Amino acid sequence: MANVPDNLHYSKDHEWVRVDGDTAVIGITDHAQEQLGDVVYVELPKAGDEFAANDSFGSVESVKAVSEIFTPVSGKVAEVNQSLSDEPEKVNKDPYGEGWMIKTKMSKPGEVDSLLTAAEYEDFTKAEE
Amino acid sequence: MTAPALELRKTALNDLHRAMGGRMVEFGGWDMPVQYPAGTMAEHLRTRTHAGLFDVSHMGEIDVRGPDAIPFVNRLVSNDATKLVDGQAQYSALTTPEGTVIDDLLVYRLAEDHLLLIVNAGTTDKDWDWIKSHYQNDDVELRNASAEYCQIALQGPDAISILQKLTDVPLSEIKYYHFRYAPVDTVPSIISRTGYTGEDGFEVYAPPDKAEQLWKRILDAGNFGSDDGVLPCGLAARNTLRLEAGMCLYGHEIDENTTLLEANLGWIAKLNKTDFIGREALAKQKEAGIKRKLVGFEVTDRGIARDGQDVLIDGQRAGNVTSGSPAPFLKKNIGMAYVPVDFADAGQRIQIDVRGKLLAAEIVPLPFYKRAKN
Repeated sequence: MANVPDNLHYSKDHEWVRVDGDTAVIGITDHAQEQLGDVVYVELPKAGDEFAANDSFGSVESVKAVSEIFTPVSGKVAEVNQSLSDEPEKVNKDPYGEGWMIKTKMSKPGEVDSLLTAAEYEDFTKAEE
Repeated sequence: MTAPALELRKTALNDLHRAMGGRMVEFGGWDMPVQYPAGTMAEHLRTRTHAGLFDVSHMGEIDVRGPDAIPFVNRLVSNDATKLVDGQAQYSALTTPEGTVIDDLLVYRLAEDHLLLIVNAGTTDKDWDWIKSHYQNDDVELRNASAEYCQIALQGPDAISILQKLTDVPLSEIKYYHFRYAPVDTVPSIISRTGYTGEDGFEVYAPPDKAEQLWKRILDAGNFGSDDGVLPCGLAARNTLRLEAGMCLYGHEIDENTTLLEANLGWIAKLNKTDFIGREALAKQKEAGIKRKLVGFEVTDRGIARDGQDVLIDGQRAGNVTSGSPAPFLKKNIGMAYVPVDFADAGQRIQIDVRGKLLAAEIVPLPFYKRAKN
């Protein structure tokens, strides 16, 4: 079964958000990486790029498919996980840790309240199957 | 996702695929494993270095039997079926009067009066109708025998030693593109030295009710579970393996809008044999020269080209990608595409429109991957 840590917020597009002050760390869930299979390429924005909630900020590719990734919160990208360009497999191995994708300075921190809790996300993925 | 209009067909191994954790997808009307828990990357690499096991039972089999079997088939296919000897297989194509491709197939000569045509899953019904519609007064019996066979492909450098544990026939004596009737683990089978991966290997045709037995016995014989043992593989690895080996996939590189000559398959268009459907059109095209050609390319920028994307040459849209993917063994991003023949030489710089971003790529010789021959 896919791992769904309690301390994160989740989107219906299978991203997770970890809130650290006014910064949101964003990645894709264990369920998402399982569905994708071996991640071979991750395309990410640049620091300084601005996105509104639900905008696509990049893409993640497996051998077979391309999936867009969407930011669950609005804000300006403060930092990008550059190491994924050479080691995209981190997304598979450690989706909630070394496989994080971007850190965003949130412009509307209240947006995280509308995201799913771990329990809600687990129910959501079960219903999707 | 929309529900499929028809219920998907299942091979005899469907339950086993699910039990083994295969992720199932629709392919050509069939419910097939796209990958197993090891993942496409591992499956691909293991096939190149040791062995991979593939369920290809979805492929169709059309049985042609009778004194006119060879002349009948030879009217429909582009390669020369009269050149076959008993126990030999031949890559060939069913062509339209325009020289385009209805399907690519293998023709097996079981006997002088008995051929077996191995066709693609998604085109089996179309092929069957086409073949039946060209029956005249030939002394042949035609049968869609697809349900009578399971087909299991064991591919990779260790395929021969693994399969040899299960059969008495000396496999090293079966030459490439030849086959024997022999029991595999007591199951009466056709053991064919063919495949779709660019590796040495075998395709085993057997009764479907023996499919699970064969699958399990081959996994055991191949030490499935150990680091250098055989891995069951899904369709995704089958696709990347064939792409590295530069082989055409029906519906991608070839279809009813592409001719054999454009697809570099002139070698199976035997224009000097007795007449066949499409011969005249192909002869004319050969004389006039093709306008576009299938090429291989390597993406030189970071990024992955995918099926259907546009190819640009000197800023002009000039063709499209027929198959694009990461190449797990070569560790490059590769693809095949149709481009105008004047721009089809190796070294030609092209661009691929990857979702609005133009990536640089270069035409390279096919195949991308060729195994070292012993």
